[in-house]
Amino acid sequence: MEKNRRTFLKAAGASAVGLSIAPAMKAHAFGEYFMPSDQTGQQENALIGKHWGMVIDLTKMTEEISAKLTEVCHAAHNVPKLDNIKHEIKWIWGEHFDHAFTDHMNLYISDAMKHAPVPVLCNQCENPPCVRACPTKATFKREDGIVLMDFHRCIGCRFCMAACPYGSRSFNLQDPRNGLENRKPTNPQFPTRMKGVVEKCNFCAERLAVGKIPLCAEVSEGAITFGDLSDPESEIRKVLSASFTIRRNPGLGTGPSVYYIVGGGGDHA
Amino acid sequence: MTNDKPKIIAGLVIFVLIATSPVWLNRGKTKEAPTPVMAAEATAKGYCVMPKAEMKAKHMKVLDGWRNSVVRNGQRVYVNESGKQFTMSLSNTCLECHTNKAEFCDKCHVYASVNPYCWDCHVDPKEK
Ligand code: HEC
Ligand code: HEC
Ligand code: HEC
Repeated sequence: MEKNRRTFLKAAGASAVGLSIAPAMKAHAFGEYFMPSDQTGQQENALIGKHWGMVIDLTKMTEEISAKLTEVCHAAHNVPKLDNIKHEIKWIWGEHFDHAFTDHMNLYISDAMKHAPVPVLCNQCENPPCVRACPTKATFKREDGIVLMDFHRCIGCRFCMAACPYGSRSFNLQDPRNGLENRKPTNPQFPTRMKGVVEKCNFCAERLAVGKIPLCAEVSEGAITFGDLSDPESEIRKVLSASFTIRRNPGLGTGPSVYYIVGGGGDHA
Repeated sequence: MTNDKPKIIAGLVIFVLIATSPVWLNRGKTKEAPTPVMAAEATAKGYCVMPKAEMKAKHMKVLDGWRNSVVRNGQRVYVNESGKQFTMSLSNTCLECHTNKAEFCDKCHVYASVNPYCWDCHVDPKEK
């Protein structure tokens, strides 16, 4: 009798636990839901590459062009203008040479480079430390080399910001729409972000998908070359083999995909 | 002792009445489920991404699938069962047909008490 009751209670308990966690198990089994792959595709003219990269020619860079890159990019991606410098959000911006290239410790550099505005953006690293730091896989590396953020997954922990040696990432300390004129997005086709998420340059993934090169390269008046670094026949590889280029802090082993042509100053620059 | 019987019964009756009051106070007052208003742009097209019943039941899942396929797989085009192509986009596709978010999406959502946070980032083109 005693024993029977015990077995009964045990069985009842076990099934109660089973019943109560079943819905959770079921929900979990769905996991991440994708559309069936035979029903999805890319637009015919989408730009497809194996390793997208950029070469920024500092000898062609002027204050005007550099300012335009920021303005056009930020307008296209609804990047807010916030007065409080701690709340600032940046995707691409002009930096001084010695701030951009902190391991380039020459005391004396050419006048041209000393004064050239250096546009900096996410380096789309080959070995991105931000991806390793992200606990939710919100930041991930695509097959074409772009280090992209899935804003739907970002929990705002900012580990990626600590991991990025280039300061390429910004955190939304307030509703970014506060920094848009009349809270209206400058480009209604592209989502804004929200308070509590990190953001950065996406190498214009949304433009590549419709056959367009990144906007900064398009408006750069020839100062920025965009292309597939893995393709020896590509324009970008030709530019790279014709000029001396440097990258930001290559010694860290992150493998930046953004190269800079530095000028020697003088007539040939 | 037996004297308390009527008091206990009266107490029980009052308790049952109070406990069940929401049921009978609201009798006949259930709110009609709202009918979402179909925008002219949607009606003109005459079709949705999936058949109506399926959309009604599964549109949240469709949107979830769309965003994962777009953001994580870089796939932006969806072809439905009848071969129609859609660019997988919340603002630029769903709301191009359903141009009346307030009278369509929100109408159901307010009734069902769901408040999708999508609009913290995604833009209702009407409000631009
Ligand atoms: C090409 C135009 C078009 C697009 C794009 C479109 N819809 Fe629809 N949608 C319609 C039409 C038309 C109906 C009504 C279909 C019917 O009556 O058979 C409908 C029906 C619906 C319904 C059911 C409404 C009800 O009364 O039960 C929902 C929910 C819905 N759509 C959501 C969406 C979502 C979410 C998206 C984007 C993923 C979307 N639609 C994209 C045209 C469109
Ligand atoms: C016929 C009524 C109806 C219409 C029309 C409708 N929805 Fe919904 N929607 C619902 C219901 C009910 C839920 C909650 C379902 C649940 O929780 O299981 C929901 C949930 C959602 C969710 C998930 C929310 C969350 O927090 O998980 C999203 C996103 C969504 N709807 C988007 C839309 C969009 C966009 C439109 C308009 C294009 C739309 N819905 C139109 C009834 C509707
Ligand atoms: C923190 C901001 C944010 C929130 C909140 C958010 N999204 Fe997004 N979503 C984005 C960004 C940014 C993209 C990338 C757009 C691109 O690359 O074109 C995107 C892309 C998408 C896409 C594919 C592209 C497009 O134009 O729509 C879908 C579908 C989508 N999100 C659905 C949703 C749904 C449904 C919700 C709510 C349940 C939601 N999103 C909430 C920021 C957000």
